Amino acid sequence: MIIGEQKPIQEIISSLGDREGIRILVVGCDSCMTVSLAGGKEEVRDLVHDLSAHSRREKLGWSIKGLTLKRQCEKKFTKEIAADVRNSDAVVSLGCGVGAQSMSETFPERRIIPGINTSNMGAPEKKGVFKEKCMGCGKCTIDTTAGICTLARCAKGLQNGPCGGSVNGKCELYPETDCAWYQVYTILEGRGELPEIPEPVPPKDWSRSHSGGVRTVKSKE
Amino acid sequence: MEGTSVLKEKLSRGEFIVTAEIAPPKSASAEDFIARAEKMKGFADAYNVTDNQTAMVRLSSLAGSVMCLRMGMEPIMQIVCRDRNRIAMQSDVLGAHALGIRNILCLSGDHQSFGNQPDAKNVFDVDSTQQIMIFRKMTDEGRLWGGDEIKNPPRLCIGAATNPFGTPPRMHMLRTMNKLAAGSEFFQTQAVFDLDRFDEWMEDARRLNIHKKAGIIVGIIPLKTVRAAKFMIDNVPGTCVPDSVIERLSSAADPAAEGLRIAAETIEHVSSQKGVAGVHIMPINWYDSVGRLIEMTGLRPSL
Ligand code: SF4
Ligand code: SF4
Repeated sequence: MIIGEQKPIQEIISSLGDREGIRILVVGCDSCMTVSLAGGKEEVRDLVHDLSAHSRREKLGWSIKGLTLKRQCEKKFTKEIAADVRNSDAVVSLGCGVGAQSMSETFPERRIIPGINTSNMGAPEKKGVFKEKCMGCGKCTIDTTAGICTLARCAKGLQNGPCGGSVNGKCELYPETDCAWYQVYTILEGRGELPEIPEPVPPKDWSRSHSGGVRTVKSKE
Repeated sequence: MEGTSVLKEKLSRGEFIVTAEIAPPKSASAEDFIARAEKMKGFADAYNVTDNQTAMVRLSSLAGSVMCLRMGMEPIMQIVCRDRNRIAMQSDVLGAHALGIRNILCLSGDHQSFGNQPDAKNVFDVDSTQQIMIFRKMTDEGRLWGGDEIKNPPRLCIGAATNPFGTPPRMHMLRTMNKLAAGSEFFQTQAVFDLDRFDEWMEDARRLNIHKKAGIIVGIIPLKTVRAAKFMIDNVPGTCVPDSVIERLSSAADPAAEGLRIAAETIEHVSSQKGVAGVHIMPINWYDSVGRLIEMTGLRPSL
């Protein structure tokens, strides 16, 4: 899933500006941003509440409405709220960067204010903690690294083993984060599959990653 | 030294090697680099010129290496994977060779978050093993990684780094074996302070015959103060400074002299170990220490 976090309210407020009497629409997403605890029904409700409080405090006279879409990234869902968008002066998206862009593409006449900082493709680790797992390199090779993606999960994206700074299983960057290569090592050790000499992995073909340009994926029928 | 790597020749003859490290200054003036290099001139067989180490922007390793050459000092040009993709690396190596540089040390590089440009985007197109593979292909097959023939291919001596104190040791040794398999001709190690742990590592390295395939050049850092020691522990990932070293420094009347003694003892200890090809002195701003250590230990570069 996509991991994101809500922007600080002050940033959203400063994007909205201080125009009086405007109608604001906050649009959340029932999918990833709900799991991310950043842009689901509850977060939409809270943001509507906080913006209303700001409007009252500053006597701005804003009217604010919130709703969520099944998947903000799909235009078949964004189209459903055309009437709400038409009846608003400003739209705050609590979808990921993809959702916010679907909104922009569906409603090109509207400036869509992103309310989410989209971070990565990852998974919930425990309640409220999300970890990056994949960087969309376009050519998956995790079968060769014990199912751990070292491109996404090693701070240096190393492909041949740990850097010299990996100590006691932790990454040299963040003492609280596991070293991806240590995880690979322990899994292979557990399986009894540690090689005598780890075969050098040649430079990666990045042409199917973002380095190869903007990607369009076509499904087979 | 025209044409060949003196380092490579000495390694193949089994002569004891002394290398020393020059960190280029944050300066656009050659004088500032030369001032540092001059203090070490004549004390080592070859000089590592670091590549923006700890992710601090400094004068480039290529320029520093060329200045070394002009001063009659054989450079080992360091190249990190953090800042350059394979296009820039190969191009730099062609240019470096054209200017007379023959030795390259391949490194992943410290993460930019440790340095003075933490907002930078890093590259890591390839890692240090892949860097070795690329430079080997250029040297051994006379081809660029992409396959094109090189008109006059470089003849490089290619090395890498290894950390004898990484844990778990087997994981780090596997990585060293991986770099060796890629074609590293020498290894420069992280600084050694813990002799027992180094001996264990060296025994392992001998068991795996690493010393027969690549020169193991052991890292030495003379510590000037207790603070310097503590700084190492806190800021250099993967370093191990035992309490006994800290105690010796803190109880010494002259910590700098004691630091030199500790470094000299370390040099004597490691150089008596079978399979050690040389020592690599990293003076960390204390450039005079290199000459002092050479004097104390009776080591002379075999020039
Ligand atoms: S190898 Fe590529 S596709 Fe597979 S998990 Fe890693 S980044 Fe994602
Ligand atoms: S400590 Fe591990 S995860 Fe962190 S940069 Fe080094 S190899 Fe990668």
